[in-house]
Order: sequence, then C-alpha cells, then structure tokens
Amino acid sequence: MKDRLEALRSEALAQLQEVADPGRLNDLRVHYLGKKGQLTEVLRGMGGLSAEERPVIGQVANEVRAAIEIVIQSKQAEFERADTARRLAAETIDVSLPGKAPAPGGIHPLTKVTQEIEDIFLGMGYTVAEGPEVETDYFNFEALNLPKNHPARDMQDSFYLTEEILLRTHTSPVQIRTMQGAGGKTPLKVICPGKVYRRDDDDATHSFMFHQIEGLVVGPNIRMSDLKGTLLQFVQQMYGPQVQIRLRPSFFPFTEPSAEVDVTCTQCGGHGCRMCKHTGWIEILGCGMVHPKVLEHGGYDPREVSGFAFGMGVERIALLKYDIDDIRHFYNNDLRFLSQFARM
Amino acid sequence: MNVSYRWLSEYIDLNGIEPQRLAELLTRGGIEIDAVQSRNQGVSKTVVGYVKHKEKHPDADKLNVCTVDAGLGEDLQIVCGAPNVAAGQKVPVALVGAKLPGDLSIKKTKLRGVESQGMICSARELGINDKLLPKELQEGILVLPADTPVGTDILEVLGLDDAVLELDLTPNRSDCLSLLGVAYEASALTGRPLTLPEPEKELYATADKTTDHVGVAVEARDLCSHYAARYIKGVKIGPSPLWLQNRLIAAGIRPISNVVDITNFVMLEYGQPLHAFDAAKVAGGRIGVRLAREGETLVTLDGQTRKLEPHMLLITDAEKPIALAGVMGGLNSEVSDDTVDIVLESARFDGGSVRKTSRQLGLRSEASARFEKEVDPSRVRGALDRAAALMARYAGGVVTEGVAEEIVSAPEPAVVEVALDRVNGLLGTSLSTLEVKTIFSRLQFPAAEVADGAWRVTVPTRRGDMRRDVDLIEEIARLHGYDEIPTTRIEGPTTTGALTKSQAIRRELRRLLAEAGLYEAVSYSVTSPANAALFPELSGGESVRPIPLAMPMSEERSVLRTSLLPNLAEAAVYNQARRTHDVALFEIAGVFHSEEAALTTLPHEKPRLAFLLTGNRRAAAWNRTAEPVDFFDAKGVLEAMFARLGLADSVTYEAAQPEGFHPGRTAALKLQSAQGGETIGYVGQLHPDLQREYGLGDTYVAELDLAPLYARADAQIAYRTLPRFPATERDLAVVVDAGTAGGDLVKAIRSAAGELLESARVFDVYTGERLGAGKKSVALALVYRHAERTLTDEEVAEAQQRAIQKLEQSFGAELRK
Repeated sequence: MKDRLEALRSEALAQLQEVADPGRLNDLRVHYLGKKGQLTEVLRGMGGLSAEERPVIGQVANEVRAAIEIVIQSKQAEFERADTARRLAAETIDVSLPGKAPAPGGIHPLTKVTQEIEDIFLGMGYTVAEGPEVETDYFNFEALNLPKNHPARDMQDSFYLTEEILLRTHTSPVQIRTMQGAGGKTPLKVICPGKVYRRDDDDATHSFMFHQIEGLVVGPNIRMSDLKGTLLQFVQQMYGPQVQIRLRPSFFPFTEPSAEVDVTCTQCGGHGCRMCKHTGWIEILGCGMVHPKVLEHGGYDPREVSGFAFGMGVERIALLKYDIDDIRHFYNNDLRFLSQFARM
Repeated sequence: MNVSYRWLSEYIDLNGIEPQRLAELLTRGGIEIDAVQSRNQGVSKTVVGYVKHKEKHPDADKLNVCTVDAGLGEDLQIVCGAPNVAAGQKVPVALVGAKLPGDLSIKKTKLRGVESQGMICSARELGINDKLLPKELQEGILVLPADTPVGTDILEVLGLDDAVLELDLTPNRSDCLSLLGVAYEASALTGRPLTLPEPEKELYATADKTTDHVGVAVEARDLCSHYAARYIKGVKIGPSPLWLQNRLIAAGIRPISNVVDITNFVMLEYGQPLHAFDAAKVAGGRIGVRLAREGETLVTLDGQTRKLEPHMLLITDAEKPIALAGVMGGLNSEVSDDTVDIVLESARFDGGSVRKTSRQLGLRSEASARFEKEVDPSRVRGALDRAAALMARYAGGVVTEGVAEEIVSAPEPAVVEVALDRVNGLLGTSLSTLEVKTIFSRLQFPAAEVADGAWRVTVPTRRGDMRRDVDLIEEIARLHGYDEIPTTRIEGPTTTGALTKSQAIRRELRRLLAEAGLYEAVSYSVTSPANAALFPELSGGESVRPIPLAMPMSEERSVLRTSLLPNLAEAAVYNQARRTHDVALFEIAGVFHSEEAALTTLPHEKPRLAFLLTGNRRAAAWNRTAEPVDFFDAKGVLEAMFARLGLADSVTYEAAQPEGFHPGRTAALKLQSAQGGETIGYVGQLHPDLQREYGLGDTYVAELDLAPLYARADAQIAYRTLPRFPATERDLAVVVDAGTAGGDLVKAIRSAAGELLESARVFDVYTGERLGAGKKSVALALVYRHAERTLTDEEVAEAQQRAIQKLEQSFGAELRK
C-alpha cells in the first residue's frame, strides 16, 4: 500500500509539472485529492491493514497529500501572478501625454516685486503704511516743503481734481500721515507702497500711473551713513551680495542732503552693457535725510530727531529685474504677459 | 542749460580736465551732465577762403566756377552750386582731402567737365544746427565776416573745436543757469581758482546823464525788488562778432543782432536776463513796473496778442505796456534795424509771479526760466554794466552816465550757523574742523568760526538755496564726497516688522485667487464717464457721480473709476482680440466715490476686489472636452474666499437685478451679522446687452468691498474634536416649483431637523417632462449625528419626518418615492 501511495505521489507530481492552465490544475486536484479522488481510493484499503501498519501508512498518506497540495498551491499562485501581469499590461497608459493640472493663475509682476521689497523691509523691522491715492495739496506738496508756485513742483506735473485736491504724485504724503499718526513716537520705520499719478504722455518708459515704494525712518540719531547701510542691505538682498551702491548728490524738496542711488548693473555686473548705457551703474532710487520742515510738519522737533527717506519706482525695478522692454505691458493685462510671472 | 567747455575755461583753468572728465566731476558733485557733445561733427581740412572771381559754368545754368584764395599760395578753382556765392566773400572751403560730417570726403573732381578743387560749404555741411542761423544763411553757403583771415582753420573761426556739456539741473541749482555759476561749481570741485570778468572801468564816453533820458518807477513793489536801466545812444544795429555768435550757437540760442545777442550773451554769462527796448518807442522815457489792468492786451515779440490778467506784471512806458516783465518783450518797443538809442533793462522780478504768468500764457523763455527760480540780486547791476560795455564796444553805442534805477529791497546774504557735531551727527562722518573749513573756502562761502567747531557762514546771494544748516551740510557732504560717507546700521531699539490684518488678508486673497486659476490685473484708476456709469449699484448708487479730473488728458481718462469691472471687461476684450479666449482675471484696487457734486473733502476710496471669468474653465484636451465657465465657477471662487476668511457661514447669496448684470443670473452678496445683512457686492453674468457691446461670450463677474471683510475676517481657528460616533445618512428628493431656491430648502431643513442634523446639501437638481411644467426635483443628502452616542433609527426617522413636513408646508414640496 505504501508503494501505491508513493506511485501516486510520483504520478501526481509529474502531471502537475505539466499543467499549463488553471482548469487543468483544478481537474488534477479533484482527480487526486477530491472526495472520490485517487488518494481516497487508496486509503479505502486501510481497513485491511494491521493496527501497527495503520499509523505508518496514515502518515505516508498525509505526506503525499501535503506534497501534492503544496505543488497545487504554488501552481495556483503562479497562475494568479501571470494573470495579474496580463491584466496590468493591458492597463498600460502613455505617460508622455499632458497631465490634468489645476488651472494656472498668478499675481501681477508689480505685486510680486512689491511683496518682495515689502518682505525685505518687514525682515528689517519695518511696517507697511498706506494712504489715499486722492490727496490734498497740503499732504502731497505743502507739508513736503513744496509750497505753491515753487519751481520744484514742475518736477511733478499733477492731475488736479480741484484747486486743493489731486491724485497724489508720489507716495511721500504717506510719510506725513504716518508721522502725524505716530504722535511723536520713535523709532518710526515704515515703507509705503502704492499707486501714483503724473501728467506724462505714455510711452515705452513713461506711464501716467505707476507704483512707488517709499521708506521712512525717524529716530533720535538717524544718520546718512545709516541710510547708506540700509540701502546696501536692501539691494544686496534684492539683487545679491555682490551688488554695491553709489550715491550721487541730487535734490528733493523733502530731503536735505538728497541723493540719487545707483546700483551695480545687474545685467553685466558693472562691466558696462546696453542696459546700464555702459556706465556699470543703474539708477534705482532717490533718497535723503528728512528735511527739518518735513519733520516739523510731521510733528517732530528736528533738533531732537532726524530721519531718512527713500523712494523707488516699482515699474523701474520690475523692468530691470525681468528685462521688460515696455512699461505699458504692466497695464495691458495681456495673459501672455501675465502668465510669465506665475512662478516662485 | 548748455555750457561751452571753451567758454567755461575763460573763467577757470581746465587744463588737464577734458570735457568728459569735467562732466563726470560735475555729475558726481550733483550737477548732472546728460551728455557731452563735440561741436565738431567731423570737419577737417576746411579753411577760410576768399572768393576772387565768380563765373558762370559754361555747361550748367545753376553752377558757378569760383576762383578762391584759401591761403595756399595758389588759387583754387571750385565749382559751387549755391545761389548766394559771390566774388568778394569770405567762405568756408573744404580742401581736397577734407572730411565733412556724414562721412563725406572731398576729392578733386570734375563737374560737367570743369575741375573743382574743393568745396565751398554751407553751415549744415559743417554740422552746424542751421535752425540757429539767420534764414539767409540757411539757404546757401555760409558767408563769413569780411575781416576773417584767409587760410584760418574753420574749426577755430566757428568755435567748433569745442564741446558742449548739457546740464540737467535740479530746481535748487538755478545758480548753474549761468556760466559763472558753473565756473563757481567747477572751482569748488577742483579747487582751482576763478577768473571773473573784470567790471568795466571806463564805461562812459559822455557826460550825458542817463536820468535825463529815462526814469524808472516801480509801482508793484512786492513783485520787483530792483529795476535798473541804462541808456545807450547811437548804436548801429548789425550782426555781432563771430565769436559771440559762436557762443550763442553753442548754447543753443539763435544770433539775431549785436544788441540782442549781447543781452543773451550776458544772460548766459551772469544768469541775469536783460531786455533792450528801442528808446524811441518808450513813450516819455518813463519806465514803469505795475500789474496789468482788467482787459489790457499786449502783442509780444512773437506776434501773439496776449490777454493780460490783473496778476500779471508789466513793464510800461508813459502810455502803454511795453513788456511782460521777465517773460517776453512787447512788439511795440522791439529793437529793429533802425534803432538808434537803447533802454537796457536789468531787473529782479518775483519768481512766483513770472512762473504763474508764463505758465498761464504757455510762454516759457530763457528769461522766465531764470526769473522763476529767483535771480541773484547781486548781479543785477553787474550784468547791466557788462552788457552796456559790450554794446559800446560791439554796437558802436555811447553809454550815458549813471543808472536809472529803483531798489525796493536788497536781499542780504543769508547767515547760517552750523556746528561740526551736527555735521558729523547727521552724516555719520568724522570730519575735522579743518576739512569743513577747507570746503567752505572752496565754495567761497565766508565762514567765521564763532566757537570751536561752530561757524557762522555768510552765504553769497548767488546761492539762494542755502537757508538752513542742513543745506550747508549737504554742501559739505557732496564736496567731501558721498562715497566717503561710511555705511552703518541704525542704532537704538529694535522694531518688529509685520503686516496689518488687512494687508495680510489682501495677500492671502491674491494667493488664493492665483491658485484658483486667475491672473491678477492692474488697470488704470481713471476711466471714461461712460464706463463709470455702467454699474451704478457698484458705483455708490444714485446719489454718487464720478469724480472728474480738472484737466484730463483724454475722455477715456477723465474721471476716477467707480468700479473695477469695466477695466476687467476691457482686459478680456484685449485678450480675446489677441486670441486668448479663456480669460480669468482679478484685480484688487480702490474705487472712488463721493456724495459731493463739487469735491471739498477727499472722496471715499474703497478697497475692492473684482474678478472676471469668460471662455472655458478648462480648454479641451486629449482627455476632456472644453467646459465653459458658468455662474457657479464664479460663486465657487467666492465660496473659497469666504471659507479662507472664516466667513463661509456669514455670507449669503440672494438673487438680485443690479444694472449691467443678467437679471436672472446674479446674486447680491450679503454679509450677515446681528444687525442683518449688508450688501457687500454682486456676482453674476454680465448683462447680455453689455456682452454684445463688448463682443464677449458668456462672462461671469464679481465685485465686492474688502473693508467689511477686513473687519470681519476670522483667523481664529477653533478646533472641534473628531466625532467618535457614526453618522447616519439619509437622502431626500422633493418636487417643488421651479422657482424655489435650493438654498431656501436647505435652510428650511436645517431649522426643522434640529440639532441632530450635521449637514444638508443639494446633490442633484432635475427638470423634465415627467415632473410637469414649472416643476423641478431637488435631491438632498442629509447627515445626522450625535456627539455622545450612536443614533437610533427612530430618532433619525423622526428628524427626517420633521424636515419633510416643513418642506411640504413651506414649499408645497412633494416627496419623491
């Protein structure tokens, strides 16, 4: 009987080796291990065995069953794997086709530059102050040491609404409003971004509406060297640590001394190129020590405190930063233009 | 102001300082030089020639054959086509081998068979701006004065071996509207001494007294602090000497006649405008200075009749106005070829008054530009005497003795005190007493040391911009060099930088909208009255009208915008015209409203947010079809915004019909509070009529006020523990009238179902024939939950029943089974 069992094992294993499809595998399982299968058939003869032989044969029979089952299981797993592989192969897609991105959008390049500048100054302990775009002559001019009929008013041709009310020509009135609002408190450190308006014919480099960012610091011992230090820190954060600044004497009615500030040309690194007209320098802002009269209008005693102020045109910074050829692009809202700035 | 390098070098030794270097020095010192132009535009080997004979060309009507002595020992034969060439003239001759501007080379050549050994030149051919020349010299060759030496290099004769510095002056440096002023500046910057023009010692060749010929009376004493006149007899009007003409041309001023040229020359030299009257036309020999009278007119030198206003300052004679003081002379007293005697004016008029008059009349002149910025009171007499002396020398006049003048007030030099501590304290420098003293001396500012490191500086009147110590500190800083100022950090307490709540919200909204697929627009704050009237509900309502600019540059930009939507619509049109059909734009900016018909206070400047969606939400792609935007895209953007601001439950949407919007596809945005709902804006489709006008397809827009959102935005996050017990979900479908708002059904369910209801939302809306006309089916998903325990079926069924009953009662809803 033992021999019959061993023969059954060899026969079953040999046949299982040959199996190529799950149906045949099932047939063989039924044929060998089923209720009416070969193994059961053999074991039916167990009744004729002695009590000593029975456990021995029983063990052999179990071993044979286990061996066959293991092979069947492994065959089954093999068929399942092949089946899965076939199914996945059928699911193959073309990964080179475009994805379903969320619709792209973005903030305006002028906002981007403004926020970048704001962030640099926020990091330096400044707050952001804002004021009205429609201003009084007092805040826009008089309080800034620009009395009526002063020739310096020619520097900024204005859009008046009435004799006393106009579209602000610069963000400087926010200086006065901020100082007056501070009630003599020091130190005062603010930047003031916003739209400004000047009666100018629009062309590639001029726009009647543009954006400025103004900075103001007032405190007990503010020096022109602090102004230089602040501006250097700013431009190095904005354009990189290799950038230097150069101050040239200039004139603004609301600062004394006054300066124009040039930075190392970002395009050529100061060697001279088309962008910097071969000077190696690019003018980016105006600045100076707050004029005593302006401090007085702001409610400060110029003998007690001093201050510095600076102002820059956001469009100019953006034109240079992105090498844009025409300022009017900023206001046309052409999506082919705007979409170029939608990245970090 | 254009400054001739050669002229300047008459007052200061510029040896070794080339024009470019001088420009650099001045620019770095605060006098910006825009450009340095060589006066020689490429002329070489061109000399003065004498035309000995002129004969007609045998074969050409318009050509002449000239025999010219150019100082070469041998006469030249030159063919010339200019109609004005004549024997006996001195002319510029470009010799064989000469170069002329425009890369022209002169070669020996034959013109219609006749040899020509050079070229007789016009001013233009020599690179001279001939607009500055008298008309007769623009048309043919340049005829030089008869006494010009033959063979002299033309560069020297015409002053072309020179460079012109173009100054871009800031308004405070009007002192540099004169050669002397620039010379003072160059002296301060280089430390080199000045040579000033010597005052004439022997001005008078007659005992005849000026006051016998002319009297001066200043009536408008506030506006004229000094008026001085001289009388010059027997002048012969003619051209001024070539060197003087060259100077004027270099400065960009057209030579006219000796007398006029001299007034201009001295104006350029001293910065003091002068005016010459024909004495024969000054009635009564009486000069008056007074304000214009109502209705007066004056024909100015340019031939224009000027209507005068009572604030305008005039020069008069015994009978009539003869000049607009400081702005332009009158035609009635103009110097002409027949003029014999001259009344020469040198005066100081009020800058503000001149400015106002010249602006109002649109008449800017070299004189007004200088008066506007206040001329140096100390030069009124000096300039007068200088010009009188030049007229005696170059116009053959005799200067009578003395001056007719009235000095109303003589401004004293300003005295300004400044201390070294303050200088170093404000600049952050560590300058010494000696360094500061040296700077004052280079500026030629007399400075008395009143204490150690403290000065009392007497500022010459030529520098009227020095009024306070800070003005002197700037002078010290710029002469010391801005580069020498150190770089320091602000001392004192640190400050914290942070955005305000509204600034932070604005940034958050920009980010959200960008991420939602919209691009930010920036558009103009001024617009047309038509645009401002498109959306009255967004423009402040009936009582508000757009605020006009006093002097707009165009109709399209004549009023302040009242809404952002017209700009966005125009931007959409702009993009579609450029084949970008899917447009999603937003803008955050102010709009301007005022209740006042005539503005007396600042208008309301309302921060607004607006956006526009048109075309497709998504363009078609290989794996999807195009989906056009609809109302719910716009509303979805708003919902996302309000959710981000913690206001999701505070804003409701109520059907509304504002002008400019589609009456059936528009909602008012209501910000709910204990006081009720406040309309903060609208969302909807543009009115189809408007869409058609713009040429846009279906376009959805929204505009809302930001101020209420800034006030109400809730950044406080209140965490709720996650639910521990399961929810029970029940769906519900009802048939209601088609006009019933889904939002109202949800609201009713919420109130009826009670606390156990966690959420209710519409998940399907269906209309169809089976339901009958005017009906629709709304399917809702309801979620019930109790925080402390699992709900029983009975509890849920009961709440659900309450909800159904409420819908049946309030909306006549029929439950779909």
